[in-house]
Amino acid sequence: MSVQTEPRASREIGNARKRKEDRRLITGRTRWTDNLVLPGMLHLAMVRSPFAHAKILSVDVEQAKAAPGVVQVITGADVADVQGALPCAWPITADQKAPDHPAIAVDRVAFSGEVVAVVVAASAAQARDAAELVDVDYEQLPAALDLKKARADEALAHPDLGTNTSAVWQFDSAQAGTGGDVDELIAAARVDGVVVEREFRNQRLIPSFMEPRSTVVDPTGEQFVMWSSTQVPHILRLMLATTLGVSESKVRVIAPDVGGGFGGKLQVTPEEVITFLAARRTGRPCKYTETRSESLLAAHHGRDQWQKLTLAADKDGTVRALKVDITADMGAYLGLVTAGTPILGAFMYNSIYTFDAYQFTCTNVFTNKTWTDAYRGAGRPEATFAIERMMDELAVELGREPMELRQQNWIRHEQFPFTSVCGLEYDSGNYEAATARAMELFDYDGLRREQTERRERGDSVQLGIGISTFTEMCGIAPSRMLGELNYGAGGWEHADVRMLATGKVEVVTGSSAHGQGHETAWSQLVADKLGVAFEDVEVLHGDTQIAPKGLDTYGSRSLVVGGQAVVRAADKVIEKAKPIAAHLLEAAADDLEFTDGRFAVRGAGEGGKSVSMGEVALATFAAHDLPEGIEPSLDSAATFDPVNFSFPHGTHLCAVEVDTETGQVSMRRYVCVDDVGTIVNPLIVEGQIHGGLAQGIAQALWEEAVFDDQGTLVSGSFVDYTLPTAADTISFVTDNTVTPATTNDIGAKGVGEAGCIASTPAVVNSVIDAVRHLGVNDIQMPCTPQRVWTAIRTAGRTTADPTTPESTSHFDPDQPNQDPPGPGDHTGVDDQKGTGA
Amino acid sequence: MTRINVKVDGVDHTDEVEPRMLLVHYLREQVGRTGTVVGCDTSNCGACTVHLDGRSVKSCNVLAVQADGHEVTTIEGIADGDRLHAMQQAFHDCHALQCGYCTPGMIMQSIDLLNDNPNPSEDEIRHGLEGNLCRCTGYHNIVKAVQQAAGAGVGGGGGR
Ligand code: FES
Ligand code: FES
Repeated sequence: MSVQTEPRASREIGNARKRKEDRRLITGRTRWTDNLVLPGMLHLAMVRSPFAHAKILSVDVEQAKAAPGVVQVITGADVADVQGALPCAWPITADQKAPDHPAIAVDRVAFSGEVVAVVVAASAAQARDAAELVDVDYEQLPAALDLKKARADEALAHPDLGTNTSAVWQFDSAQAGTGGDVDELIAAARVDGVVVEREFRNQRLIPSFMEPRSTVVDPTGEQFVMWSSTQVPHILRLMLATTLGVSESKVRVIAPDVGGGFGGKLQVTPEEVITFLAARRTGRPCKYTETRSESLLAAHHGRDQWQKLTLAADKDGTVRALKVDITADMGAYLGLVTAGTPILGAFMYNSIYTFDAYQFTCTNVFTNKTWTDAYRGAGRPEATFAIERMMDELAVELGREPMELRQQNWIRHEQFPFTSVCGLEYDSGNYEAATARAMELFDYDGLRREQTERRERGDSVQLGIGISTFTEMCGIAPSRMLGELNYGAGGWEHADVRMLATGKVEVVTGSSAHGQGHETAWSQLVADKLGVAFEDVEVLHGDTQIAPKGLDTYGSRSLVVGGQAVVRAADKVIEKAKPIAAHLLEAAADDLEFTDGRFAVRGAGEGGKSVSMGEVALATFAAHDLPEGIEPSLDSAATFDPVNFSFPHGTHLCAVEVDTETGQVSMRRYVCVDDVGTIVNPLIVEGQIHGGLAQGIAQALWEEAVFDDQGTLVSGSFVDYTLPTAADTISFVTDNTVTPATTNDIGAKGVGEAGCIASTPAVVNSVIDAVRHLGVNDIQMPCTPQRVWTAIRTAGRTTADPTTPESTSHFDPDQPNQDPPGPGDHTGVDDQKGTGA
Repeated sequence: MTRINVKVDGVDHTDEVEPRMLLVHYLREQVGRTGTVVGCDTSNCGACTVHLDGRSVKSCNVLAVQADGHEVTTIEGIADGDRLHAMQQAFHDCHALQCGYCTPGMIMQSIDLLNDNPNPSEDEIRHGLEGNLCRCTGYHNIVKAVQQAAGAGVGGGGGR
């Protein structure tokens, strides 16, 4: 046997490697959960509540049971004793209130879309047909729908709790000893400074991953095997075990190809628990795949806050104090990190600015709507949106140029490491550099000139320029800090690096990719570390039996925590290989150095003897001649727990044109320069930024989950929940500046959420900037043409009109293929007038 | 049940299907062509896009029985053995996919777009892909990929 490694290319870190994982995906050789077919497999269909809040009087399943192919119909009552309660991993206060969260509702439903019964049948179509036959008798209860009214307890989402307030959580810099007293400074500013007070609405969004969630459970082996479209196979396994009282060792969870998540698949879902229960009851493999409508309705939503802010500054523009009061909509239940999601923004409203005092108070409120939880950025987009809007408002108040005002107040590069008013230590950054680069790429001055010209001309199409200079906390998270925040788990990540006899390398990672390109990036890390070829590294993940230890993928944590674990494990491989290499070279281990994949005696020069990592691996495998007392294995594991968060930052600039006659907003230019630390793969980093931008821009302009006054989700399909298309977006200009993070060896800061966090305020600021001279000082998101138009027409008054729930016509009769359905039409769509319900 | 004859990716199939069965379900569940996926239930996302007699269709919007006597090409039928179709290559080269769920439909639609218009402007590309949703990429690199494929002659007969 010989060592057959590929010749090594140049340094990998920083190389724009095309992705390893693409080949299968572009040829359709994919493993989505819904592709799985197992012998004897049964299919599930859910019966969901049409009411936001109702008592379940009876569930009649007789007709459904008699339908063709139906094996079982399961109601909440059938499983009340065994289904446990879905987990909330983050009780933010000791006295937090929360209702039990059953997978199948037993006697009451608390949101429209909640599962009340499950049909198990031989085919998916039979299950769906029979689900129509389940007859549920409800008694409607008053529903808590409007967030502010819910906070005032006008109607109770869960009458037994006696209040809609789940918890109140506060951070105060004076109390924490990290800053001054916010009220004192605001009072002082009212006398001889400026105080800006605003209230913003951060609307409800739906993550809208493209692959609908799907789960298959096979109970026929020694273990229950669950395939699920999840971001968190490890957490899911643990939670299934604790929720259902099954031994953790009897559960294996596999996340095969997963089609996006964005936080939306960071959950332990009722549907996963139900599929598990159905498989256990029937003894046969069961599958559930949701429809898109079900996904929009019942997969968790994100954001949904009212944000009240008070900012105090000196007359010269120096910011002093920031007071933040958030009302956050939990929806009907607390999911895995529902309660903590707004808290993830708690330390970020102060952002990159040097406030003297800061206070953040969050009131978590229940309503009878789909529950909320993490969505790309989770808490930090809300924070960034609010503070960047406030900085613009302060600039207007003072008659200052908004970028210059930011500059005056941000942390200067020579001040790093900088301890923020929240007590977080920002390790590195250079806001000046990123901003300078962004302004140059954007032609900031040129666009400002054009803006002035258009204003002077009274052009009906006005130009607006929006700024967002942001930072975020990533690399979730130091376990100790999570403990202080009362989170139910740690934030470490695990990796194994295994040297095969042929010199190939297997990397096992606890991170669980679903589009991020970990296989490529991890290969690059290991190739550099061990001096092997990129192609010789195989990355294994997403199966709790293959990668038994991990905390999965969310919070821009994979590279900075998971990648660092890989690097540490690879370091250990080198350490273990050293004495063996020394033995092979007949040298002392201390005299060896390891460069470019070879061990050689330090200073031996060109012709000196050396041995490659592959040769050491083979010798270790053979184990014929190893030094005394050395185990025949190079395989190494590492579990990395970060000591601090990482703090990516950047400057985003957006130019929009606003048609003042129609309210139409069109994007003219978008430039962002992000500092995400050391870049392992520029191609992947760029892609992450692009995708994040589109989502953040979509919050600003297009997306909102809208409920009618009955609590029915009106934007419950892709017709009404308007994701951006290629025609809505533009090509972006992206670039990077680099100040390496100091908290991991790679120097990376995390990039998954940056684009999404930063872009929303840049866009909204630009829209308002375009019409500010017409007297507009706020427009509620999404800034639809109607809202923009109304804001212009009612200029001077702050508009806070909700998106109206009436649906508009889905069909344009003049377009092809949109004829009103007539006899013989088989598409089954509703009549084109749109009944709205 | 209705009997249909459909050629899928060059192979003739004769099958009994329920009249209500959608083409996409036929492809996935009966023919085993799971490369084509379902992303919505309102014909908005385009994840299910295939070619029917060489023109793109959303296979969730076509009944299996409507494909009777026709030829269907899916994402699994466009490479020439190990040699990728130029559009697949372009998606790989330009990092035009992340999770890959929209990708089969996006590639099939992009090929159709260039068949119609071998030299589209950026705007024409963007409008040509309007019926296909991607949540990961922000479309930036997808547009670049289509431009690269156009440069390589896809649509001008040089697709392979
Ligand atoms: S599945 Fe066909 S368009 Fe969405
Ligand atoms: S790559 Fe994930 S939806 Fe397009």
